[in-house]
Amino acid sequence: MAKITLSNLRHSYYPSPSEPSDYALKEIDLDWNDGGAYALLGPSGCGKSTLLNIISGLLVPSEGRILFDDKDVTALPPDQRNIAQVFQFPVIYDTMTVYDNLAFPLRNRGRDEATVKTRVTAIAEMLELTDMLDHKAAGLSPDNKQKISMGRGLVREDVNVVMFDEPLTVIDPHLKWKLRSKLKELHQRIKATMIYVTHDQTEALTFADQVVVMQDGEVVQIGTPVELFERPAHTFVGHFIGSPGMNVLPCDLRDGQAYFGEHQVALEGAVVGTPNGKTEIGVRPEFVTLATSGLPATVSKVSDIGRHTVVECDADGSKISAIVDGAGPEKGAAVFLHFQQNQTRLYVDGWIATQAEEAQS
Amino acid sequence: MQKRSIVPIIYILFLLLPIYWLVAMSFKTTNEILGGFSLFPQTFTLENYKVIFTDPTWYWGYINSISYVTLNTVISITVALPAAYAFSRYRFLGDKQLFFWLLTNRMAPAAVFALPFFQLYSAVGLFDTYLAVALAHCLFNIPLSVWILEGFMAGVPKELDETAYVDGYSFPRFFATIFIPSIKAGVGVAAFFCFMFSWVELLLAKTLTAVAAKPIAAIMTKTASSAGYELGLLAAAGTLTIIPGAIVIYFVRNYIAKGFAMGRV
Amino acid sequence: MKTVNQKAWFFVLPVLVLVAFNALIPMMTVVNYSVQETFGNNIFLWEGLTWFQQLLTEERFYKALGRQFMFTGLILVIEVPLGIAIALSMPRQGIWVPVCLVLMALPMLIPWNVVGAMWNIFTLPDIGLMGYFLNSVLGISYDMTQDPIAAWVTIITMDVWHWTSLVVLLAYAGLVSIPDAYYQAAKIDGASNWSVFRFIQLPKMKPVLTIAILLRFMDSFNIYTEPFVLTGGGPGNSTTLLSIDLVKRALGQFDLGPAAAMSLIYFAITLLVSWLFYTLMTKDDLN
Repeated sequence: MAKITLSNLRHSYYPSPSEPSDYALKEIDLDWNDGGAYALLGPSGCGKSTLLNIISGLLVPSEGRILFDDKDVTALPPDQRNIAQVFQFPVIYDTMTVYDNLAFPLRNRGRDEATVKTRVTAIAEMLELTDMLDHKAAGLSPDNKQKISMGRGLVREDVNVVMFDEPLTVIDPHLKWKLRSKLKELHQRIKATMIYVTHDQTEALTFADQVVVMQDGEVVQIGTPVELFERPAHTFVGHFIGSPGMNVLPCDLRDGQAYFGEHQVALEGAVVGTPNGKTEIGVRPEFVTLATSGLPATVSKVSDIGRHTVVECDADGSKISAIVDGAGPEKGAAVFLHFQQNQTRLYVDGWIATQAEEAQS
Repeated sequence: MQKRSIVPIIYILFLLLPIYWLVAMSFKTTNEILGGFSLFPQTFTLENYKVIFTDPTWYWGYINSISYVTLNTVISITVALPAAYAFSRYRFLGDKQLFFWLLTNRMAPAAVFALPFFQLYSAVGLFDTYLAVALAHCLFNIPLSVWILEGFMAGVPKELDETAYVDGYSFPRFFATIFIPSIKAGVGVAAFFCFMFSWVELLLAKTLTAVAAKPIAAIMTKTASSAGYELGLLAAAGTLTIIPGAIVIYFVRNYIAKGFAMGRV
Repeated sequence: MKTVNQKAWFFVLPVLVLVAFNALIPMMTVVNYSVQETFGNNIFLWEGLTWFQQLLTEERFYKALGRQFMFTGLILVIEVPLGIAIALSMPRQGIWVPVCLVLMALPMLIPWNVVGAMWNIFTLPDIGLMGYFLNSVLGISYDMTQDPIAAWVTIITMDVWHWTSLVVLLAYAGLVSIPDAYYQAAKIDGASNWSVFRFIQLPKMKPVLTIAILLRFMDSFNIYTEPFVLTGGGPGNSTTLLSIDLVKRALGQFDLGPAAAMSLIYFAITLLVSWLFYTLMTKDDLN
């Protein structure tokens, strides 16, 4: 069990960084609770793998500290941190049998064979690998190999944190859900802290209790999947999560009211502070409806994606997507768009700048 | 540099030692060489090089060698490319056996084939031509090129071919403008090996040539036997034989490192 | 997945023609010689398998064969581990890598007779760098024209100098293709350096090492020019390897029949050993 604390963490791959852009990780202060299931979500290059490698000890951060249960482990090598890491592609020892693969970390630490046998059989049973224990690891399918990789991580009793770096990348799509459920099941049983790095929102949102969204080396929002969807704290989160992502529209602020072009847009609540930067309105397509009055727009594209229809419209040079049930209007039709007020927010320089109605009273 | 870098450094010094000796000798007079031991040239002379650059018998040797080696490389790579493509993309009757047979052509002692080769190439009227040596060297260079290229081609996903066909490329156009550029590291590595094995091979090159296409290596052996041991001259000639190889490998230096890795690994 | 397509033979045809032209016709000539007796002037008498029988019961043949196996054996035992060790100690990236690789490849780019001649002069007792150093500085009596042991040491050293780099290049290529994740996982698993070598590096280098060993075996088994220029097969017969013996018979004594028969036997040996080795090394990959 371990609570992980990241304190004033910054990392640069350059020997003498001078500007913020030289840093892969800009400033991270984060607490991960014991036994939680976390996802680190973000696009390629956002720094999530860097962060993962710092937590596991494969990378020493340029600045800042990491604490496991309030003990400073920043300088400790990986094999002394009681962590396990599963990589993007299965990392197994081809020449060994499945049994020997799972036994390897224990034998390296000098455990006796009886203990080894107990742990290996337990883990094999958990991962449904028991009937493959005698096989050479080399000839197995990718998903079984990845299970062995996971098993090697879990076989040590003292593992506190298990980290997954996009582990489903090489798995066939129809097997991905199987492994995902297996991971969730493992988390229930083992109750170690698990950190799952991915750029796939589905994986993140189904696995994690808490999602940490990163962009450009910074943590943009932490929250449950529901919170991220319902109240994105950053336009990036809104855009990245949900399919299609949140609509982000340029707007002007006049006397505390938001205007998209000439049309006044009602926001969820009062604007916080005095905004001084790029102002934008954010509203999810799920909360944009076609009405008899409202913002005028022209339909540019209608896509039927099965469960519902996505209607893309042009309004004053911006694209706005709306989700409707059933068939949408014709392409080229003139429509009016209505934004659900309590889901319409103001963002300043990307960050949320309105207060929710409930918070006011 | 780490401590373990000492190993490659010692190894490279070991490799350079005889080469240094050769180069040093090339700047000495034969008298100095035979007279006794001297670490550096006592009487530094460029006379040996002057002879080589001014005597047609000598410099033509280099030109001949470079000519047939280049010819061989071009021929080998040109025919190996489609063959390697076939091996990497298709299965056909006898393909494994053919592949293995190609490799077996490196396995025979070259010495005894000298006479039959002489008879063969004389019979087709190619004796003492660049083409003769270039074709003869195909015996071992083509299999090697096919082997290397096939390894690289196996690393290119078939989807690339299929996408090109869907986009309307004809096969020749696809092959020339898309496929070959995607394996250019492989072509570089294969060309390097063709050059290397053809440049260094002496037996067949000597047997199949007389005057017009005589390689530099053969001229060196001729001189060694007829004029007594003109060591300084031979050393200069030898030193100059290292240069074309060094130039070629300089051009493919980046491919050699990662090149192999994408191939048969 | 490879599709079955017999038209692929058209792609392969040019290669087949060129290689067959160079391989089959001379081979037929050699087979022809091996079953006949020649008296020069194109007079041939059928001898059947006489030469083969004669060779396989002849002491000279087995001595040459024995010397050859010893040479090839020593070569492989030295060059392969040495090549691997050097590849392991080379930096994985950085500007020094191409420099090192170019310098290491130089010996392989020198015409073989120049290699032989270089080492000849290099090792002469009074005027060669190595010869002088050993005799006059270290006081070791070293003269390869007189002493068979010295001659053997010299041809082995020459071949190691000449060809180890091939093993280094191939092994290095295999090494740099191993993704970092393997080393990272090994760190997390607490593996020792030896375990990393044994369970990660060596298995991943197996394909390239197979090629390296096969190439070195084939080439060293049939080696001719370098040792011939270096020692001429001497002193006496002590360094007369297979090909050198063969050439002596064919050109020196004009015994084309026995020479041809010998070369067919050598070819068969090379083929057999190569095939055995290749099958052994790749049997695991045949899944």
